[in-house]
Amino acid sequence: MDAREKEIEKLKDYKYGFSTDIESITAPKGLNEEVIKFISNIKKEPKWMLDFRLKAFERFKQLKEPDWQKPKYPKIDYQDLYYYSAPKSMDDKPKSLDELDPKLLETYKKLGIPLQEQARLNGIAVDAVFDSVSVATTFREELSKLGIIFCPISEAIQNHPELVKKYLGSVIPTTDHFFATLNSAVFTDGSFAYIPEGVRCPMELSTYFRINASNTGQFERTLIVADKGSYVSYLEGCTAPMRDENQLHAANVELIALDDAEIKYSTVQNWYPGDKDGKGGIYNFVTKRGLCKGKNSKISWTQVETGSAITWKYPSCILKGDNSIGEFYSIAITNNHQKADTGTKMIHLGKNTKSKIISKGISAGFSDMTYRGLVDISSKASNSSNYTQCDSLLMGNKCGAHTVPYIKNKNSESNIAHEATTSKISEEQLHYCQQRGLSQEEAVGLIVNGFCKEVLQQLPMEFAVEAQKLVGISLEGSVG
Amino acid sequence: MKEQLQIDFDNIIKTSSFTKRDIELKQNSLNEFIKTGFPNRRDENWKFSDLNQIIKKNIGDLSFYNDYSLSNKIETSVFIDGLEHNKIVFVNGRIEKIDFDYEKKDKIKIIDEPEIDNRSNNFNSLIDLNKAFTNKSYKILIKKDYQLEKPLIIYHLTNDKIKSKNINLSLDFQLEENSSLRLIDLFNDNSEKNFLNIFYNFDLKQNAILKNYKIDKIENTNVKYSFNNIEQAANSLSETFILSSGSHFFKNEINCNLNGKYSSAFINGIFSLSNDRHHEVRTTINHLTENTKSYQLIKSVLNDSSKAVYQGKIFVNSEAQKTDGYQLSKAILLNEASEFNAKPELEIYADDVKCSHGSASGSLDEDSIFYIMSRGLDYQQSRELLINGFLLDVIEKITDSEIKNLIKNIIGLKE
Repeated sequence: MDAREKEIEKLKDYKYGFSTDIESITAPKGLNEEVIKFISNIKKEPKWMLDFRLKAFERFKQLKEPDWQKPKYPKIDYQDLYYYSAPKSMDDKPKSLDELDPKLLETYKKLGIPLQEQARLNGIAVDAVFDSVSVATTFREELSKLGIIFCPISEAIQNHPELVKKYLGSVIPTTDHFFATLNSAVFTDGSFAYIPEGVRCPMELSTYFRINASNTGQFERTLIVADKGSYVSYLEGCTAPMRDENQLHAANVELIALDDAEIKYSTVQNWYPGDKDGKGGIYNFVTKRGLCKGKNSKISWTQVETGSAITWKYPSCILKGDNSIGEFYSIAITNNHQKADTGTKMIHLGKNTKSKIISKGISAGFSDMTYRGLVDISSKASNSSNYTQCDSLLMGNKCGAHTVPYIKNKNSESNIAHEATTSKISEEQLHYCQQRGLSQEEAVGLIVNGFCKEVLQQLPMEFAVEAQKLVGISLEGSVG
Repeated sequence: MKEQLQIDFDNIIKTSSFTKRDIELKQNSLNEFIKTGFPNRRDENWKFSDLNQIIKKNIGDLSFYNDYSLSNKIETSVFIDGLEHNKIVFVNGRIEKIDFDYEKKDKIKIIDEPEIDNRSNNFNSLIDLNKAFTNKSYKILIKKDYQLEKPLIIYHLTNDKIKSKNINLSLDFQLEENSSLRLIDLFNDNSEKNFLNIFYNFDLKQNAILKNYKIDKIENTNVKYSFNNIEQAANSLSETFILSSGSHFFKNEINCNLNGKYSSAFINGIFSLSNDRHHEVRTTINHLTENTKSYQLIKSVLNDSSKAVYQGKIFVNSEAQKTDGYQLSKAILLNEASEFNAKPELEIYADDVKCSHGSASGSLDEDSIFYIMSRGLDYQQSRELLINGFLLDVIEKITDSEIKNLIKNIIGLKE
């Protein structure tokens, strides 16, 4: 092995693969009412919250695990998982960042989370989640001056029950599909954001998630409510430590936009994808759904999916309010043995609703990628339109790229246009770049970044830089 | 329904002369069908068209028994004038006439009662149903280097003697090297509320050319399902055209395996629907080796509360480099109640390919109407002109000029 190969080998190893040893409190293994009560109890939740969980659990017991998706995975034994674990040092909550467990801080430092000074410099309020409990939230004061509530959802349940009660489960009800219902029953923590009427949130709200304790499915719950005329941009980023066992991540994200409000939700997902032979890695089965409840509201999803052994999610928009807009921009990259089945649903219910889907899929190695999307224009959604473009790029003949759009048009005054292409990187483009002195890898990186540009442009600045690097890293060693 | 199926089946066996082996195979197919029943929306391929419900709602109880011992009168008035052609005539599911008058007799072989195919090409339960109940199937073999002089028209006729019946047809075509066949399926129904289930198998050897035109224009209340399985060797070409318009429900399914290099498949279709008709085209093109090509174009014009569905799948396996696959579906919805559903699907495992699909649906373009009206036509004329032009695009893809003109006449399209 020469020096260059060694270098590549090093780079290929997961950048964020480490885990921190912190004693954890864990709920007993398994899934039953006792465990749910245990979680609810440890979070000191009011009775309505416990009832919400139990109702979801009742429903969960009747549901069957879906099996229509393209990536198949070994059967998960839901009784063999821990549904709650928290770093012990959380028992007495630290008052400031300095009081935090130094080991925790070190972990974040490796991840590059700007929790301390960096946070202020970057103007990002960070609600860092370590395993299942929120550790620290910065910039809360600045936000609260504007009346913006941005806190862990467990705190919101205590302090703002009227808001949580009103909106939690209004987009993803407790009677939804298998994984969403599981989340409703056992979710441990997550973020809550409320933007009051007419307020434009001055900074990007950001959360980093980490899965730490082995065998813990992490069940996040995020709820963002944008009241009339408000605007918020929310960032979500994920990294996870290296593990051999498969870990389940079934989060629920609910967005609600009232009249004239806009929510922009960006994700960079870089969970541990498993090693080169497809061993280990995260199962990322997330339910993300936004409701454009009011008139002229807008919800925009942007995602860069590079991690996870299996990614299975469809961030969706329900365009209920007249003139509402839904957007979905996605880059999904799979390498080695990764599998992804992702896309979106645009459900047009209101009049003059518009939606746009731009999806870029890149598969390399032995991976498999599926775009699956639904555009449904109901008979009442007059004068609505949708534009969909999904392009796939293939690298090598061991990988697959699939496109499965469902298009339903029940309204004669509405237009739907759908385009999809699948191709490989053109030899001519590669030749051109290499002729000008770029190495093959650099050339591929450049071309792929160009291919993704439309989506990368949608990301906030801080994310765009990281995402661009990520695109390059994810594809290293896949060509040549 | 289960008991009825078995009773009808036993009655047919009694009155026919199948060998013991055939009866056994037929019984197996029947058992398979009884197990699964008619496909319903739980089946992904029938998601948009729940056949079980459609039969229940429009036909009610089906009878599977047909007396094939008596011959039916052929209405010769339905035969196409002005185009010399060979004929196969089905009346109420019974083959009444096979006539290759225009061809050299030694170049075409008609095999009566071929061995029942027990290959596992069971795409769905309707094929089992077909296998169990077809009373007589033929295999038509076109010998090496022979190109049929005249097109072959298969007349699918039904008359008012049958109602609420299930009719199954099955034909097998083998096109040897360098041979060619132009085949027109013409549906002409004078019956009500029957379920027709048609299965064709085509085996194209090297350089063979198949052109199949399916024309369902005459209004009727029957429910139809047609399945074409096409196997293609190197350099072969298949062209399928579907005019889907007259029946109450019609689902055309095409499965095409491009097994040989440089083979190509073309599928073009028109949905022209009104009232509460519900039609579907579902295609699966399997690119199984290098340098193969497929092209699909489906256009729909939907009026009243009609519903059209297009499900097209392009599959490219890892050996099929240099594949060129294309599909496009476009729909014009003329009425508030009409509906268009599409599922254009790509499943690709090779990297050096060029595959794309497009789908668009919407109303007639008001700007275009304005433009035409500003030149002196009235609203109705402008609409017709636009729709004509929209559909003509598909007709122009027909490579055989004789048949192109015939189809233009049938549809009543003017240039």
